[in-house]
Amino acid sequence: MTARPAGRPLVPAYLSTGGVARPSRPHLERLSVLARTEERVPPGLPAAELALLDALEGGSLAVVEAAALLGLPVSALCVLAAGLADRELIHTRAPIPPADRFDPDLLKRVADGLRALKHA
Amino acid sequence: MASAPSSTPSARRTPRATGAIHQPDTARDLVKILVAGPFGVGKTTLIDSVSEIRPLHTEEHLSEASARVDDLDGVRDKATTTVAIDFGRLSLPGGVVLYLFGTPGQERFRSLWDDIAYGALGALVLVDSRRLDASFDVLGLVEDSGLPYAVAFNAFPDSPTHHGEERLRRALDLEPSTPLVTCDARDANSSIDALLALVDHLITRDPAEAR
Repeated sequence: MTARPAGRPLVPAYLSTGGVARPSRPHLERLSVLARTEERVPPGLPAAELALLDALEGGSLAVVEAAALLGLPVSALCVLAAGLADRELIHTRAPIPPADRFDPDLLKRVADGLRALKHA
Repeated sequence: MASAPSSTPSARRTPRATGAIHQPDTARDLVKILVAGPFGVGKTTLIDSVSEIRPLHTEEHLSEASARVDDLDGVRDKATTTVAIDFGRLSLPGGVVLYLFGTPGQERFRSLWDDIAYGALGALVLVDSRRLDASFDVLGLVEDSGLPYAVAFNAFPDSPTHHGEERLRRALDLEPSTPLVTCDARDANSSIDALLALVDHLITRDPAEAR
């Protein structure tokens, strides 16, 4: 995440996170991919964390998609996801796998893909 | 919560599953493009016309600094100033999933802008030729952020047709290399063409211009 200019949040956006304001994994971003692990859900998880695990039952979601489904700001979702990842209840991965990060063909794949959609 | 919203009927090619927004199994590279512009220019319309999912949104909080100058119509309570950021998604053949983020272009959204722009391939700036001045802020934000961009005029029925391309370029103070296209944000193919104008620009632009 990029650093944001200092500014007190005006709304207690982090009530859903039990008062935790910073994710324990700073690398989570809007398009990081979240997926459930095989780990069994322990009893007594807070409702917001259960809701996130529930949303991931059907498959993986980008952080921003999970945030939209749960009605949470992206920043709050990152805190939840990091906590669940620390407990190995979910996997997180970068939007672009490291092997593809410097792929010079990535833009070309986007262009080709868009053209294919158009002629579909 | 993860309810299953009903999608509105539309003529798009890819039928939208209701509520099913999980990543396709083929998803590998997730990339994003910002669709930027002033309120009412058609950002959400464009995203809606091409997205395979019903456009979703997140509620983002504005910083205090921006709230002070905020004059959003109907938003008078500064203590609860939030802005909804719409996004949509296109799963492209080849494992790329392209996200489009509707990004408001006002100066007061600068902190949010930087956050959303992080890692973006580029920006498609939507402009309404009936009110060019509303686009100056957004062009300033895009240029400050260093994101490569293309400009698309969203053609409204009453858009003036007498603007020549050169006049528009001059009015917006665009570089000669910046793509300038006209699109109908309601039309999927037209919107894809505008996105292609941006992506082709990203591919062909002088590497010296790259960030």
